[in-house]
Amino acid sequence: MARLTLTDIKKSFGETQVLKGISLDVQDGEFLSLVGASGCGKSTLLRIISGLEAADSGRIEIDGVAVDQATPKARNVALVFQDYALYPHMSVAQNMAMPLVMGRLPMRARLPGAKWLTPGHAQTRRDIAAKVQQVAEQLRIAHLLDRRPAALSGGQRQRVALGRALVRDPSLFLMDEPLSNLDAKLRVEVRREIVELHRKSGLTFVYVTHDQVEAMTMSDRVALLQEGHLLQVGPPGTLYGDPASVDVARFIGSPEINLLPVRAAGQGLQLAGQVLPVASGQPAGRDMMLGIRPEAMRLAGTDGAGGPAFELEVLRHGVEDLGGELVVHGALAHAPDMTLRLRVQKGPDAAVPLHLPERFTAEVPMAALLLFGADGQRVALGQGAAAPVEVPA
Amino acid sequence: MSALATLKRRQSRLAYAFVAPAVLLILLIYIGPMIAVVLASLTDYTLISDYWEWVGFDNYIKMFGDAQFGNALRNTAVYAAVFLPCAFVIPLWLAISIQKRKRFRSFFEILYFMPVTSTLTAMALVWSALMDSRQGILNEWLGNIGIGPVNFLGSPEVVLFSLAGISLWAIIGFNMVLFIAGLTAIPRSLYDAARIDGADHPVDEFLRVTWPALAPTSVFVAVTSSITAFKLFDTVAILTQGQPAHASEVFLYLTFLEGFEYFNMGYAAALSVFFLGVIFVFALIQTLMADRAAQ
Repeated sequence: MARLTLTDIKKSFGETQVLKGISLDVQDGEFLSLVGASGCGKSTLLRIISGLEAADSGRIEIDGVAVDQATPKARNVALVFQDYALYPHMSVAQNMAMPLVMGRLPMRARLPGAKWLTPGHAQTRRDIAAKVQQVAEQLRIAHLLDRRPAALSGGQRQRVALGRALVRDPSLFLMDEPLSNLDAKLRVEVRREIVELHRKSGLTFVYVTHDQVEAMTMSDRVALLQEGHLLQVGPPGTLYGDPASVDVARFIGSPEINLLPVRAAGQGLQLAGQVLPVASGQPAGRDMMLGIRPEAMRLAGTDGAGGPAFELEVLRHGVEDLGGELVVHGALAHAPDMTLRLRVQKGPDAAVPLHLPERFTAEVPMAALLLFGADGQRVALGQGAAAPVEVPA
Repeated sequence: MSALATLKRRQSRLAYAFVAPAVLLILLIYIGPMIAVVLASLTDYTLISDYWEWVGFDNYIKMFGDAQFGNALRNTAVYAAVFLPCAFVIPLWLAISIQKRKRFRSFFEILYFMPVTSTLTAMALVWSALMDSRQGILNEWLGNIGIGPVNFLGSPEVVLFSLAGISLWAIIGFNMVLFIAGLTAIPRSLYDAARIDGADHPVDEFLRVTWPALAPTSVFVAVTSSITAFKLFDTVAILTQGQPAHASEVFLYLTFLEGFEYFNMGYAAALSVFFLGVIFVFALIQTLMADRAAQ
């Protein structure tokens, strides 16, 4: 149980600055995901938290105690590696016992053959074995304790890696893309188990992933990193529905958010020859980006939530049938270079193919719009919507 | 059905035709000579006479009663006892220290590997000059610190150590490169995991990660070095010819003497068969251990 505080962490490798001043507060017992594209610095940040890597500047505190100079051992952090990093020559039991053996037995009792030469530590050894057994049962790998990692499946290795991290009662539980080597089905399963593990253990989790779905589904809060900067930290819903910048909006959500270039006009927003009745509150002529989530749009004529909305004419390009819903790829009818993605629910009978004409009308509720300035920062929408105005092309 | 059988027969005939050249070569180059040596060891064939006859196991019986055979085995064992531990530990230590370096790493690799690329027969002459009991530079250095002079190649007590030293100089670079290759293959994340688990002391790191992961390389180095030790011949032939007083007469040199100096080809063949047996045991150990490591 611990609270983690990072203050202005900077790190460079040679000429490249990987972390450009990260400040972050992780509450006691919180599950925080560090998410970002590959190369954004998230793994480096995790290594700095664990103590495997030293930061160039900044402060790391665990429970208010500065640990910048402390070894990983002294920080008492557990880290689950992407490739699990199990010791191939040791049995599962030996792998899991490793942190305890290192922590509880003195050097002379750890040397080869010391088991018979230092009988004084028999009780400690029994305690370690009991703890390993208990954690193995908790993770349902007790029947694998005698095997070598090579004889285990990917999912089992994953559990052993979790077990090795759990036996020591760590202050922080760090995970570096632990699910990326599992197949899709198993990934969803283990995802649930890790969340359950977090709930039961009450430990502070820091979870690194490039997969926004993992970050969204598992965490209390998500920290989105891009090119060494923290873009936004908040609950998954906030990052999705209330993104601070266009980069956040683009990264979070699949399929990707629709971003349309618009220009502030007197009455609303001008979108490729069409003026949308959206009051932006911005001076006329200013270029902006309008963000619409794919599932926020609906086909005109279908039932949907009330509230003011406007319509877009869409040319259909392609349709991906996901079973319960469709992902429609298309473009604006009067501006074919502006592509759009829509997510459409199929309705109660998924077996019936949903017929979608070549050209259709999509309805966009005002409430779902996200507006970004030219600098990518979020712009609050003005109140009150004007009536739609058609501008001759 | 019969068409399928014909096809199968034709295919297997083709397959045999493809492997035939390789099989012939192996028979001609390896198996044939081995059989010839075994047969020769059962005769009293000499290089100076056309007449020979089968003598059964007489050569082997003679071998185990031969004082020279015992002496050669003893010399080889003493030499190996000096050579082997050094040929293992020094390259391992060098590999670990060099692998950790960021700068000059390739410089040291090349430096230590250079003797491997040189011709040992030529370098042996250089060593004989260095080790000369009167004008050798080694004795001059030893003299400067008040030791010696040591008769490196002329003293029965020292000569095996001197030969081991030369062989070490020639093999260290090779074994070091093998160990470096083994070390490079250890995933970095294992060391990271060890540090997280608290095994950050160099001793723990070596015992828990490096040494176990190097096991297959170690077996290979140990076995190939053992074979090298048993095969010692060229430096002996050039520098000492088994002297002084048979003190450097190692096994392979004795075989050479019996065959090409005393012309006792039958007896030399028996010694060769014994030699083959020893090498076979080493190779067997290597193969079995490698198989176990692979599992």
